[in-house]
Amino acid sequence: MRLIAENLGGERGGETVFSGIGFALEKGQALIVTGPNGVGKSTLLRVIAGLLPAAEGRVRIEGGPEDFPSVASACHYLGHQNAMKQALSVTENLRFWRDFSGEVALSVEEALETVGLDGIGHLPFGYLSTGQRRRAAIAKLLVSRRPLWLLDEPTAGLDKASEGRFGGVMTKHCRDGGMIVAATHLPLGIEGARELRMGEAV
Amino acid sequence: MSGRTEGGVQARASQNMLALFLRDIRLSIRAGGGALTGVIFFLAVIVTIPFGVGPDLNLLARIGPAILWISALLACLLGLDRLFQADREDGSLDLLVLGNDRHMLALTVLVKCLAHWAGSVLPLVVAAPLLGLFMNMAPVGIGATALTLLVGTPAITFIGAAGAAVAVALPRGGLLISVLVLPLIIPVLIFGVSASYGAVADPDPFLQPFLILAALTLFLAVLGPVAAALALRHGTD
Repeated sequence: MRLIAENLGGERGGETVFSGIGFALEKGQALIVTGPNGVGKSTLLRVIAGLLPAAEGRVRIEGGPEDFPSVASACHYLGHQNAMKQALSVTENLRFWRDFSGEVALSVEEALETVGLDGIGHLPFGYLSTGQRRRAAIAKLLVSRRPLWLLDEPTAGLDKASEGRFGGVMTKHCRDGGMIVAATHLPLGIEGARELRMGEAV
Repeated sequence: MSGRTEGGVQARASQNMLALFLRDIRLSIRAGGGALTGVIFFLAVIVTIPFGVGPDLNLLARIGPAILWISALLACLLGLDRLFQADREDGSLDLLVLGNDRHMLALTVLVKCLAHWAGSVLPLVVAAPLLGLFMNMAPVGIGATALTLLVGTPAITFIGAAGAAVAVALPRGGLLISVLVLPLIIPVLIFGVSASYGAVADPDPFLQPFLILAALTLFLAVLGPVAAALALRHGTD
């Protein structure tokens, strides 16, 4: 399975943010998107996910199983917001996303253990600290199976130990044949990740 | 083989939708969900009317169905702006839109509407008979009004969802939604009230306006979610 972006251009509010971005990502590879603020990293991820229309070029996924015919159906998108409800408990939130997304992978308890949140699943999401919220959102990636992870500054708010643990989670995802596109300013600790620097070639 | 896969897909889709329905119901019941806001507003309006109109019992009984319907309509509009906005603020809306390839976004919207209706509007329908007593309405009139509300209010939610989807990105979209949606709801109001009157005033028919009301709800159950899904699909930024 391959993710291919050809000559991709993105715009925000009618103004071109970036153009001519192209890459091909093979199974098991990770792509780290870096660059200064405002260069369009988040826009790129949203264009890849299909949440924003591409101003030019296109993104497609090839050779995947028939469960994942399009990029949108094959991806987990982790944006700046965690997509969790404050009033519901962590477990309820995760269980909802597992049931809604389908393709069950880990159980909710296993996912929480993987991100080091075991024992607080019963707390309302609103009670958690910023870092814990982010970790719960990362656990969301684990409860249902998607080959492609689109991560927008995934480690924002995480402490060193959690960063390391998340690096391990991402490395394992790649080793299992997954793909990752992550926009970040910090090193993520994925082994063998490629880098796409935005804002320099243009 | 393909039949079995299709059945599996359908089973999965219904499970997804059930999860969404239960989540939204839970959210509307929990603190800050606003399930009670509508009922309290409804109560406040109905209780205020007799003070304004005066103690003319016959007049109150005559305008009762209309007052109940108008108050329920306004109470319905009250919570509509949060239908998608809450999901947009915490990022859930992006994921719901991304789910479009697995289960149609219009279906997701329909389920969200049903959950919104069951969580925030159904309490109004339940409270309506009690509030009908305040308006000195006859038991038959109370029953008919509650029945028309039960059948007619989903239409308000469905068409309101389209308005809510259009105004989802606006910080104070509530008023805009009301202005957008009210003209479209007027037919629902007209047939709802005329069916309610038909039950008590003898020469007026009950069944015909009631059936048209039901038809309106079914029609808007298709049109509203499809329009809302289109607006959401193109409104992401």
